Amino acid sequence: MIKRLLALLLLAAIGSVFAVLLLGYTPDAELNLTARYYAERTAADIGAANIVTAIVVTYRGLDTLGEVTVLFLSATIVGLVLAQGSGPGRSPSVRTPVGELLGTGARVLAPLILLLGVYVFVNGHLTPGGGFQGGAIVASGMLLLLLADPLRQFSHGLISTIESVAGIAYVAIGVLGLVLAGGFLDNRILPLGTLGELASAGAIPLIYSLIGLKVGAEFSSMLASLSETEEL
Amino acid sequence: MSHLPLALVGLLCIAMVIAAVVAIRGRSLPIAILAAGLVSLVASVLFLVLASPDVAMTEAAIGSGLTTFLFFFVLGRVRGGQDDGQPDGGQS
Amino acid sequence: MALVAMATGFVLILIGFYGALTNRNLLRMIVAFTIADTGVNIVIVAIGYMHGRTAPILDATISAREAVARIIDPVPQALVLTAIVIGLGVTALMLAYAYKLFEKKRTLDIARFAELKW
Repeated sequence: MIKRLLALLLLAAIGSVFAVLLLGYTPDAELNLTARYYAERTAADIGAANIVTAIVVTYRGLDTLGEVTVLFLSATIVGLVLAQGSGPGRSPSVRTPVGELLGTGARVLAPLILLLGVYVFVNGHLTPGGGFQGGAIVASGMLLLLLADPLRQFSHGLISTIESVAGIAYVAIGVLGLVLAGGFLDNRILPLGTLGELASAGAIPLIYSLIGLKVGAEFSSMLASLSETEEL
Repeated sequence: MSHLPLALVGLLCIAMVIAAVVAIRGRSLPIAILAAGLVSLVASVLFLVLASPDVAMTEAAIGSGLTTFLFFFVLGRVRGGQDDGQPDGGQS
Repeated sequence: MALVAMATGFVLILIGFYGALTNRNLLRMIVAFTIADTGVNIVIVAIGYMHGRTAPILDATISAREAVARIIDPVPQALVLTAIVIGLGVTALMLAYAYKLFEKKRTLDIARFAELKW
């Protein structure tokens, strides 16, 4: 009882801080300086129609590199923590067969879902979307395949190879931007093209596709590690 | 006509708070996990009304898709511990 | 409109903290943390919203020249994009640890894990 009272007291204190923040907030009428810079200069400098993509990939590309690193670390640690004891001949436990609806539906839907994911991260610079959304959709497609066939062994080697190659290529393109153009992860190493076309915005489609592959591979490896654990 | 988005946002916010309370105090764990997925889903609609389509797409795919799946995967593996620690739950 | 969304985000954070503090089942605590995470993201996105303006994407309706007058702040959206993805990574880590703890001790009650207490 006393613990609950202390918890409520703590929450009341935090809530009062939030109330002060809320009451003192007035929404802006004009864009602030940073947003104004991004709004004015994106079309001319970067050539991307999606300003959020331009910020995530080019203007603040170093933060995205940090995020990709954090994701890589968490996927690796999940795989490490959940690794079963070595044993190549671990017999798969007997599970109930999945229904006809799930099996057939998965075979029809999984290629469509993967196609949607690839579309989302290739068109990240034109429409809402990008590498992270596309990677999550690709991972959902892999999850559907996993659910429909629980005994399928995902080749961890292939997934980790895709992930590593995509990560190294991403850093390599960043360094290429340092060498050939203005700075790290500058997208002007490829021609900018006209606004609104698929082959525009320099290297952004390439970078975002690599990020999409990497994120999709990481989420898939997390799901595969979790699904290969044994029922306790 | 500017009342329509405000009413919509108000409705979404009420739905989110109710779903969050169910997720915290729900009787059984699967109900709590589904309520958390519902919070994510309604939040993604709220992001769309707040003019952020990128964030809405990310929240819908990751928050209410992959997170709920992760929870149910692990829940299926730890069948014995569902009611541990609840005031009216398991005795172990 | 942004004020209502921001207030809801703050309420979600408080509900998530309350759930994390009072529940003793590990999985329920993790659920509470994801709710608090969603609340934080809602607050950040609500800060960037401006009345009467639209999403920061240049297409047929918003040309590049009138973008400054027609779009909302794009920076909070970029921040929240990162935050949502990392939130999933942290949730996956927490769930992996919960699984391993259950494997060791066969219970998910956090009051049972008393090895680190004085």
